[in-house]
Amino acid sequence: MHEWALAESIVFTVNEEAVKEKLKDITMVKVKVGELQQIELDIFKFALENVLPLSSIPLNMARIDIEIDESTLKCNVCRNEWNFRDAAGKLPEEESEAIHFIPEVAHIYMRCPRCGSPDFEIAKGRGVWIDYIEGER
Amino acid sequence: MDPRLNIIDKRFENVKRIIAVSGGKGGIGKSLTASALALLLTKQGFRTGLLDLDFCGPSDHVILGIEGVFPEEDKGIIPPEVLGIRFMSITYFAGYNPVPLRGSEVSNAIIELLAITRWNELDFLIIDMPPGTGDPALDIIRLIKRVEFLIVTTQSRVALAVAKKELQVLKELGIPVAGVLENMRLKEQSAVKEELSCFEVPFLGSILFDYSLEDALGDPLKLLKTDFAVELEKIVKALC
Repeated sequence: MHEWALAESIVFTVNEEAVKEKLKDITMVKVKVGELQQIELDIFKFALENVLPLSSIPLNMARIDIEIDESTLKCNVCRNEWNFRDAAGKLPEEESEAIHFIPEVAHIYMRCPRCGSPDFEIAKGRGVWIDYIEGER
Repeated sequence: MDPRLNIIDKRFENVKRIIAVSGGKGGIGKSLTASALALLLTKQGFRTGLLDLDFCGPSDHVILGIEGVFPEEDKGIIPPEVLGIRFMSITYFAGYNPVPLRGSEVSNAIIELLAITRWNELDFLIIDMPPGTGDPALDIIRLIKRVEFLIVTTQSRVALAVAKKELQVLKELGIPVAGVLENMRLKEQSAVKEELSCFEVPFLGSILFDYSLEDALGDPLKLLKTDFAVELEKIVKALC
């Protein structure tokens, strides 16, 4: 349940932003989940539901919109662009699992499909990210 | 916004002291010092964690002979306890493969590891730092508010010059320095203590170059019997 730690980080961040922005009510939290991290959405939602009581400001699942963020990987050598989905099925389970924990280890197990370099940038779709928080003062 | 940044403080709330073993140059014994320090603190009864942050050259697992373990997944990841030490390293995820990461990716991997690792209660967390004052050092200073540094140097003018630069950065940023350790001393006379006196940080002591160390790598019991570890143990007492 590594998803639990990431869910906790969402609640803590919403709380911190609410204090910083003096929000009394949270109306929407947009969360993006990068496909590279291969988060199990059901587990992530279950974890979020369970950590919501930790929130110091009222927050419920109806106000959290979770969207999968498709990945874009860009080769720093030949400038080729591709995505994780194209390669994901070909990775052994333990390599895929390692990327789930630390997405940067993709540089160990993946190569640019055009030039074979491990020197690529994870331009999009890395991991859990808060796109925006909406609320009322 | 990156939500991971807001959970890191919570991960360290039950860790009493966090010591980053650092030093500007590579090859001066930072990993050996960090690993032996963790072993010695555990031997003295302290609950100790060891975090190998040298992603491009992790070696604590080699020094301590750790293999065949993996973190447990429970609301994050819990470092396995080996030799009484809670040990975390990129090697769990990278295996024996090289880790070709650019600076920003090293930062991202550090943030991930700090955000998801649950250390629980510790007296000491020892962090084995990669060489230099680049991204990892700046990240640790930025992300772990209570971190203190233990600087390792040798008497070589090359290592000493870089240690001074690191101490200068730490001084400028107001980061506490637990002390400076002179390692691999070859000559009777050494100017390290005097050269670093201007930084007004504790000089913890000197350890002579230990030719027996190489043969003790991978064997913690043998490692603890080396002159290096015996000398370090005296220094550890000054740290506690």
